[in-house]
Amino acid sequence: MNALALQFIDLLAAVSLLLAFALLIQRRFSAMIDFYATQSLVLVITTSLAGWMTGQRHLYLSAALTFVLKVVLIPVLMHTLLRRLHLDSTVDTVVKLPTTLLMGLLLVIFAFGVARPIAQLSTALASGTLGIALAGVLIGFLMMITRSRAIPQVLAFLAMENGVFLAATGVTHGMPMVVELGIAVDVLIGILILGVFLSHLHSAAPSPGATAREGDGA
Amino acid sequence: MLHGLAGQALAFVAALALAPLLSGWVAQCRAWLQNRTAPPLWQPWLVLHKRLLRETVVAENASPLFRSVPALVFACMAIVCTIIPTLSTDLPLAVVADAVVLVGLLALARVLLSLAAMDVGTAFGTLGARRDMMVGFLAEPVLLMVLFTAALGARSTSLASIVDVLAHRELAIMPSLAFAGVAFTMVSLAENGRIPVDNPTTHLELTMIHEALTLEYSGQHLALIEWAATLKLFAYSCIGIALFCPWGLAADDTPLALLLAVPALVAKLAIGGMLLAIAETVSAKMRIFRVPEYLGIAFVLAVIGMLIHILLGA
Repeated sequence: MNALALQFIDLLAAVSLLLAFALLIQRRFSAMIDFYATQSLVLVITTSLAGWMTGQRHLYLSAALTFVLKVVLIPVLMHTLLRRLHLDSTVDTVVKLPTTLLMGLLLVIFAFGVARPIAQLSTALASGTLGIALAGVLIGFLMMITRSRAIPQVLAFLAMENGVFLAATGVTHGMPMVVELGIAVDVLIGILILGVFLSHLHSAAPSPGATAREGDGA
Repeated sequence: MLHGLAGQALAFVAALALAPLLSGWVAQCRAWLQNRTAPPLWQPWLVLHKRLLRETVVAENASPLFRSVPALVFACMAIVCTIIPTLSTDLPLAVVADAVVLVGLLALARVLLSLAAMDVGTAFGTLGARRDMMVGFLAEPVLLMVLFTAALGARSTSLASIVDVLAHRELAIMPSLAFAGVAFTMVSLAENGRIPVDNPTTHLELTMIHEALTLEYSGQHLALIEWAATLKLFAYSCIGIALFCPWGLAADDTPLALLLAVPALVAKLAIGGMLLAIAETVSAKMRIFRVPEYLGIAFVLAVIGMLIHILLGA
């Protein structure tokens, strides 16, 4: 039973990597937000499962927090933002998508190679998830580089944070509760600030983007 | 050994007989899902019968290649169907042809068909051949990667031993196979000219891929090529079943076990065909220049599956 649950955690970690790739190559913003919500949901399941296996009750709390914040609140906020600002662009990549995909693949190879020796030292729950989580973080980085618009960049940042969270759950049975609460509040505040910021940008220039060129596009 | 040959022969006959029925089943499910009156299940057989009775007309400038390709393509697909473990894993032919040969045979059939399409020199044939080669060269590495992911676990590239290992392992969740499964589904849709990539029922020459290749063929030649196309769909379905749902194969070589494996295969094919019809109904055909992206995603998924197998050992 325990072995099966452990394999299930591995599977969930793999699915979250899959969703990170889906985020990386998705063109439509609203679909990206949905992918992010799904990835967070996978994370919630992983965390509760890890909590059930190790008997650490604070993991349940962190799973509940993740659910409220990342599966419900942030996606709803982002969707509202999209609707209010009428942002649904289709082309915002700096690099062509197949090239981005191959770069992502290289990052996965790199992350797995780096994580392998570390994972062998660790005696934690599911040490295999470290490599997958690291790959998720790196893909978040890549996405922040290859996307030129503000919304995908924020989603990339959030996806990266999901990767860190997954690493924490899989390798060290979750971060200390204080740290977790701090990060959760930080992320929420960050999103709120971004919302206000984007609204103001939008009223100043019609298309909020990271570059000046982007601004006079639409 | 004798039983092995009997099983092999039974699998071969089952493939030839069931392949058109599988295509008919998919067409029937599609018709139901789209609120149309469904053609009968054996419609592909009726069409094949009709084509076999008709006169075969060949273009004046067609070379011998053009005449010999239908038989060669059909032979390739028939061999592919015999080396996939559909009913049992004791296949005498599987020793001489492993997973790499399987991909090679599929590629050979594709090259022959493309050459024949270019042979007569019509514009649509050439156009279809080029498109088909583009899809093919992107799809082939994906299929190889998927097969390699499965082969890593079995430490053998022989399809029979891969399926043997997969069917007899303990119940375990394998993330690598999940990735390989998604990649395989995407690539088999592309390879069989199914909806996100190509529309098998289109009458619009400009959007055709697979149909454009066969525009010049008629009569018995066309019958053979269409039969080969149904065999290809059957072969892909059977690879999928063998890799991702290998249960229900005949445990030993007794004739009874082999005969009992047939209904299991039919049931799995029926479910697979229904899923294919649903997938085709809910998705729209994509532009041809999006195909490299689509197959690129499939390739990345297949490679990640393999990497995850190496990382997690499962």
